[in-house]
Amino acid sequence: MTNVALDTAPARKPTFLLVNNPSVLIFLACLALFTLGVTVLAEGFGIGVVSTSFVKTLGKTLCLCLVALAMDLVWGYCGILSLGHMAFFGIGGYAIGMWLMYARTEIIVVQSLSAAPLPPTAQEISDGIAAQIFGVVGASEFPPIWAVAHSLPLQLAAVVLVPGLLALVFGWLAFRSRVTGVYLSILTQAMTLALSLYLFQNDSGLRGNNGLSGLQNLPGLGDVPQSTVSIWFFWASALALGLGYLLCVWVVSGKFGSVVRAIRDDESRVRFLGYPVEAYKLFIFTLTAVIAGIAGALYYPQAGIINPAEIAPIASIYLAVWVAIGGRGRLYGAVIGAAFVSLLSTYFTGGQAPDINLGFYTIQWVNWWTVLLGLSFVVVTLFAPKGLGGLFDFIASKRSPSRHGADLGPDAGALREKEAET
Amino acid sequence: MSTLLEVSGVSVSFDGFKAINNLTFQIGEAEMRAVIGPNGAGKTTFMDIVTGKTRPDEGRVLWGEKSQSLLSMSESQIAQAGVGRKFQRPTVFEDQTVAENLMLALKKKRSPFAVLNFRASRADQERVEELAGEIGLVAALARKAGELSHGQKQWLEIGMLLAQEPRLLLVDEPAAGMTPAEREHTTEILVEAAKTRAVVVVEHDMEFVRRLDCKVTVLHEGSVLAEGSIDHVTSNEAVIEVYLGR
Repeated sequence: MTNVALDTAPARKPTFLLVNNPSVLIFLACLALFTLGVTVLAEGFGIGVVSTSFVKTLGKTLCLCLVALAMDLVWGYCGILSLGHMAFFGIGGYAIGMWLMYARTEIIVVQSLSAAPLPPTAQEISDGIAAQIFGVVGASEFPPIWAVAHSLPLQLAAVVLVPGLLALVFGWLAFRSRVTGVYLSILTQAMTLALSLYLFQNDSGLRGNNGLSGLQNLPGLGDVPQSTVSIWFFWASALALGLGYLLCVWVVSGKFGSVVRAIRDDESRVRFLGYPVEAYKLFIFTLTAVIAGIAGALYYPQAGIINPAEIAPIASIYLAVWVAIGGRGRLYGAVIGAAFVSLLSTYFTGGQAPDINLGFYTIQWVNWWTVLLGLSFVVVTLFAPKGLGGLFDFIASKRSPSRHGADLGPDAGALREKEAET
Repeated sequence: MSTLLEVSGVSVSFDGFKAINNLTFQIGEAEMRAVIGPNGAGKTTFMDIVTGKTRPDEGRVLWGEKSQSLLSMSESQIAQAGVGRKFQRPTVFEDQTVAENLMLALKKKRSPFAVLNFRASRADQERVEELAGEIGLVAALARKAGELSHGQKQWLEIGMLLAQEPRLLLVDEPAAGMTPAEREHTTEILVEAAKTRAVVVVEHDMEFVRRLDCKVTVLHEGSVLAEGSIDHVTSNEAVIEVYLGR
């Protein structure tokens, strides 16, 4: 047997997670520094340079980074362009929102009833809460889906279980029928649209288009100022992002990541290697739905309100745009994209950006921001397919050589690549 | 010699065109077989049926000692049962290194949770290096498969097939786009593999088939036209007419 190069043995690399991925330590260090910095500058525990509302914006941004991580895992690594992950995000928000609203209303109702001459019965309290919450949609009874809203542990379980189960069932049906590519994208979009339209109905049991509100007030902690609560949630969001990042790194490094990327690049080849491709896709789809649910559960208490418009298809499309701009197929790219674009979006749509008067026309950023975002999406897709994250490659000059038209074999005069394509 | 794969009376048609017509084919446990035939004879469709990519309209495909039917199994189950396939165009995972490609193919548990907890042992690493040695890619282990030449990709794919440790190897035009030296090496690898397992080689190039020195099955219009040694089939009148005589 002619062994071409047996003498040059390859260098063995250590197989430790963090040693193999130095970017993880850099990322976690940046996140820790950022968290520390914001804590010191914020009103809650620090010197108060950063306003509470801005701390909330930053905390929300961290949650968006977390859901972008999930999107990158499912799209950038596994090749499933899901346009429905913000539905899972929204479900997580609704799940925690139900408890927040129930528990806080309960306190108010008990207080108001305590003035009555007779102590209120459990039924009276329950009716009072229902009337408070559902009066706005003309109902006064609890719908069945509020059955466990009184229990924080059960609603927290719902944050994980409901998105997870929905993704499991939906994914099982879709992947089993070998729905891929753009058809799967359309299917996921239909799912989020259907969910959003259902929730818009007044009798959906989740207050229709009013959504759930007052979520920023933690039940039983009414005395704690929002400046402190905002920092708590900011910390929780940073912790979730850090843990989520580690989880994603663990999933995509090693052999599992290798299989998942192989599925993205050539699904049928992976099948012929003996891997049950559908099981892998289902695993990734469900895992990312759970991550999205957790991110949503941290986001909406900071936003204070959730309504069905939040899970309209456009939200999931934005999510894909963030990941594309940040650079899919690399985790820090998703985080950078989500943070960069959503903060810019907050700046431009928040009315802080000064209008530009061109004399014949005034550019109002609130309207023109979407156009700018669309344009930058096109530009990134065309000219920088690796996104902002690709800049790191550029700096490290890790560009792989282009091999178009190279010789096919080691022998002189071998066929050239282009001819062999036929 | 016991039969490893038995295909009997299989037919499949695409929009009325009969790609495979009442095909019957058998191969033993350690046997090399070359399948030749003009374009459109159904060679690739035959492989598609065995690997589960295409479901036949009728017929039986039986596998192994227990005569298990492959028709009710998915592609991945068939692959796990021991059928390995090499495609016409080299299909390696270009974004991953040669070592990663080989590690993916290495015969291990394939379920997601088993893979999630998978840690490459020293023995696994050594097996990968050994395979890389066989296909002459030791120096390229850390390189991305996309950077390899066409011939090297062909080899990498053969190496991945060997790593799967299949009992039946289906190889579609392995020598396409290779230089004479590379062809010779490919022949060696295939002949070596056929000592311990069944190997089916689909090939256009008669010179390459002659060098494999094995039983030849000639396909034409979806069924077997002739079977026997290369000299036997090349002297067959019908074969000369449909294939060689043109």
